[in-house]
Amino acid sequence: MKVKEFAEKLDMVILTGEKGLDKEIKKIYACDLLSWVMSHACKNDAWVTVLNHVNIVAVAVLLEISCIILPEGVDIEETTLKKAIENNIPILKTNMDTYEICWRTHEILR
Amino acid sequence: MDNSLKLHYEIPGDDFALAGEASSNVKKILTQLGVNPAIIKRVSIAMYEAEINAVIHANGGTAEVEIDSNKVTIIIKDEGPGIPDIELAMQEGYSTASEAVRELGFGAGMGLPNIKKYSDNFEIESIVGKGTTVKIEVWLKP
Ligand SMILES: Nc1ncnc2c1ncn2[C@@H]1O[C@H](COP(=O)(O)OP(=O)(O)O)[C@@H](O)[C@H]1O
Ligand SMILES: [Mg+2]
Repeated sequence: MKVKEFAEKLDMVILTGEKGLDKEIKKIYACDLLSWVMSHACKNDAWVTVLNHVNIVAVAVLLEISCIILPEGVDIEETTLKKAIENNIPILKTNMDTYEICWRTHEILR
Repeated sequence: MDNSLKLHYEIPGDDFALAGEASSNVKKILTQLGVNPAIIKRVSIAMYEAEINAVIHANGGTAEVEIDSNKVTIIIKDEGPGIPDIELAMQEGYSTASEAVRELGFGAGMGLPNIKKYSDNFEIESIVGKGTTVKIEVWLKP
């Protein structure tokens, strides 16, 4: 499913404008340790993290992650947003917690 | 053969926004060269971890990258505090990262083990008070 459709279905706010919305999401991955994410997340994952620091974008670029999802109303840093737009990485925001995001993603992706 | 590609990067120590920039650039070049995505992923993980270590533990450094038809060689060098006990540092979960750095998601103590795991050849040299050099080689051919 494309990021755009995914965000609409789960009623998430897209923080990065039109950038990267046609990327394909194959599954979801949640973790807040960057080294762990580096070695376990996969291309085309939607990545749920409470980290809002600019380095999440570098990780997403290196792994070809489809989008970053900030759960539970976590705010984004301005530099992160700028870098995400520059690198074509969509960032979505929601009030749902990680469990709910993963569960609902499973429902719509299956 | 002689037509290898040599790249040089400065890794700034005071700017976390730029951490990962060198790795991202190498990834882009390997993609353009048509290298197998699974191999690119291994190079990306190993180089990213070494680059981040230079940023968070050593106030930056340099990266020299050489790509030829057989392998990618990455040498990341810093003039930071060095590592007193490399065997200990290589253990998964061992980290001296500060609380502030951990809050940013770094400091899982998996960097050096990941570099070893994802490279075909890995060498580390460190002198306390002088600095650390990490060499990573990944073969491009099976
Ligand atoms: N370039 C370096 N300069 C100084 N110390 C380092 C360097 N790289 C690694 N270390 C030391 O080795 C430890 C383990 O490194 P690593 O496995 O990458 O875990 P982490 O970076 O998450 O702490 C670090 O916490 C640090 O004490
Ligand atoms: Mg590390």
